[in-house]
Amino acid sequence: MSDATTTKATGGLLGWVDARFPLTKMWNEHIAEYYAPKNFNFWYYFGSLALIVLVNQLLTGIWLTMNYNPSAEGAFASVEYIMRDVEWGWLIRYMHSTGASAFFVVVYLHMFRALMYGSYQKPRELIWIFGMMIYLLLMAEAFMGYLLPWGQMSFWGAQVIISLFGAIPGVGEQLALWIRGDYNISGVTLNRFFALHVVALPLALVGLVVFHILALHEVGSNNPDGVDIKKNKDSSGKPKDGIPFHPYYTVKDTFGLGVFLIFFAAVVFFAPEMGGLFLEPPNFEPANPLQTPEHIAPVWYFTAFYSILRAVPDKFGGVVLMGLAIFMLFLLPWIDRGKVRSIRYRGLGHKVALGLFAAAFVFLSYLGLKAPSDIIVGFTVTLWAQIWTVVYFGFFVFLYVYTAFGFERTKPVPERVTD
Amino acid sequence: MKKIALALLLLLVSSVAFSAGGYADLMKARVDVSDEASLQRGAALFTNLCISCHSAKYVRWNALPDALGVSMEMVEDNLIYGSYQEGNMMRAAMREADAERWFGASAPDLSLTARSRGADWVYTYLNSFYRDPDASAGWNNTLLVNSSMPHVLWTLQGVPEAKFEEVGDEIAVAGIRVSEQQAGMLSEEEFQQATRDITNFMAFLAEPVRAKRQEIGVWVIGFLVIFTILAYLLKREYWRDIH
Amino acid sequence: MSQVGANNSRRRFLTGAVSVVGGAGAVAVAVPFLAYWNPSATTRAAGAPVEVDTSTLEPGQRVDTSWRGQPVWVIRRSEAAIDNLSELDAQLRDPNSDVESQQPAYARNVHRSIDPELLVVVPICTHLGCIPSFMPQPGSLSADWLGGFFCPCHGSRFDMAGRVYSGVPAPTNLPIPPYRMAGDGLIVIGEDEEAA
Repeated sequence: MSDATTTKATGGLLGWVDARFPLTKMWNEHIAEYYAPKNFNFWYYFGSLALIVLVNQLLTGIWLTMNYNPSAEGAFASVEYIMRDVEWGWLIRYMHSTGASAFFVVVYLHMFRALMYGSYQKPRELIWIFGMMIYLLLMAEAFMGYLLPWGQMSFWGAQVIISLFGAIPGVGEQLALWIRGDYNISGVTLNRFFALHVVALPLALVGLVVFHILALHEVGSNNPDGVDIKKNKDSSGKPKDGIPFHPYYTVKDTFGLGVFLIFFAAVVFFAPEMGGLFLEPPNFEPANPLQTPEHIAPVWYFTAFYSILRAVPDKFGGVVLMGLAIFMLFLLPWIDRGKVRSIRYRGLGHKVALGLFAAAFVFLSYLGLKAPSDIIVGFTVTLWAQIWTVVYFGFFVFLYVYTAFGFERTKPVPERVTD
Repeated sequence: MKKIALALLLLLVSSVAFSAGGYADLMKARVDVSDEASLQRGAALFTNLCISCHSAKYVRWNALPDALGVSMEMVEDNLIYGSYQEGNMMRAAMREADAERWFGASAPDLSLTARSRGADWVYTYLNSFYRDPDASAGWNNTLLVNSSMPHVLWTLQGVPEAKFEEVGDEIAVAGIRVSEQQAGMLSEEEFQQATRDITNFMAFLAEPVRAKRQEIGVWVIGFLVIFTILAYLLKREYWRDIH
Repeated sequence: MSQVGANNSRRRFLTGAVSVVGGAGAVAVAVPFLAYWNPSATTRAAGAPVEVDTSTLEPGQRVDTSWRGQPVWVIRRSEAAIDNLSELDAQLRDPNSDVESQQPAYARNVHRSIDPELLVVVPICTHLGCIPSFMPQPGSLSADWLGGFFCPCHGSRFDMAGRVYSGVPAPTNLPIPPYRMAGDGLIVIGEDEEAA
């Protein structure tokens, strides 16, 4: 206390803290004097929203853990207990289940933004790599979380995914057995998934998010024009096209948060099942290892990769291609040899290719919800999936050829941001 | 580009709506869990006819008064058969072992059926029984073929007879009809209403908080709209500096 | 921060409005998270009143049950034990049960019960929560012991009405739970006499 009073002259409590911890320094570096380009558009809301959803998942997740019972005998009943007997348990659970889907919606839009404006290109390769690692962990987190309610889809979804590891030649069966810790998915599997879902993966996720943001603030944010704002600085050394993150983007993101929460609340309160997309109907039946549901589809955010898996007639080949579909994204900063970042000034070929790539992802996601033998406009789902899988991978091949061999005709990039 | 995106979105939404149901031609149950009168009738039928074999083991009896708009005494006097201890679950009167001996299978718990199968499925199922002398229970069902459940509602509906038709090599049920000689206590419309009431009650069992969450949701969204408008005004005020 | 032409009072007002409305929202969100910790319907059902049949209980005997996860003892006291109760006042810390939290109003009498013979008590030592030993026999603890409860943890002593002796660590009398007599020797623990 005596310290606080003696330093009062030089800044009160804040001065006392700042002498011991870089509070003001961090606030300035990352918020008040972090200069972001002034031309962020709609697509730039999803970064801060992803952070908000992460906080939502952590909080509601911790709360759910208080009443959840990670055992094969008790898991399903404990979820119903939360939904019915615990005060407001239903709200916490719906916030968590809706939050899981919202996380992927936000992250997919965030990633598409990066694709459009070349935010993965030099010098932002590490931001992109950290982001991809977050995405990968998020998929693991979602997959393991989905087993926890111990419903029919929990069980059979996990069964299908773990069987994929069994496809690896030689070690596959051993590996699948090691992951399950049992000859079939059982309470043993449930317990380890629970540990990873609530402790290990969230820790790693939070750490990676910190790295992602640190890397971003080191090189500075990209923008819809792909212009490097640090090239044009005023006499005081501030970028001419940059504005302090606070208050300009804090108030803007607050507005974005409001709009997002309206959509989020609409789902939580009026359609928590989202027509079977967010909470699948068969998952309201307890897991039964002796009876497979008629139609198994993963949750919507996995179905694009599930389609790629099913498009290949060979089991191991499908697994490899599915893994490759994600791995190609990791390589994107080196596949794209273009010097222009933003789609606004890139060649027509790239615009078309990116549009087709996005369409491929949407169509593959849709096809993954269908049974392989269903017929859509004259073709089977499998054939459609094969066509769109070719388009998906074609994007990467095209992008490399188009940019590395000088086919791309770009437009001149302006010196300053345009709006 | 925008038109294509819109078309894609529409396709996705419509397909989702379709894939969620899974069954092509179900009757529409049109449940309304805020309709207290319907829930009361449904509860009476459910506790009279269903709970002797089926449990709703995740549901507490004392969750009923709020949703049905009645007192706990009324629930105890009119709906609960046998002794009641505070906080008891809706257990079936029949023991599981007996069920397996009598029907070959234990009667499934009905707490979540309206969510796992869907309310439309439940409603259609209840309207799809027909007399089948070859079946062990004497009844069959067009939706769940060879269901071991007897048509417990027959006193209400009468005896539905199936009309068969040849489809290719197989004989399929083309329609179900109750003849005037074998009519039950209720007319066709009354029976449909009764089964709709049961379905409604089961929708409540599957998610007791459903009516409440929609009620709260209106307030939450109203609040968020106000917050968002204020946030927008604040944003616009600050961004005057930039533009 | 603000530049020329900025409307500062409007800016301040809107900042305040967003902060207040947002803060109210945060508080509203906190409510479900806090209420989530309340006893659930399952817990409340498990905490429902319990019935004890005392019709066959002999003087000096004890029947154990539990209500809301805590032990409850029902004891039938002998004539002698009841007579002793009024002799002890001088040795007790709270002979008249003045600490209201320790018993319902209808048990605020010398025998701390509805029926003088039947003591219904939560045997949790008010010192640090140990369960005392029930020692009804006079002389069983020391020569002048008139029967009661003795806590082995720190030596607190209570008489046959659960009243604490002076000079022991326990500060208050043993708690009496709410209960009512339902006739035919039936006691309902957890329901108040008035509610009947």
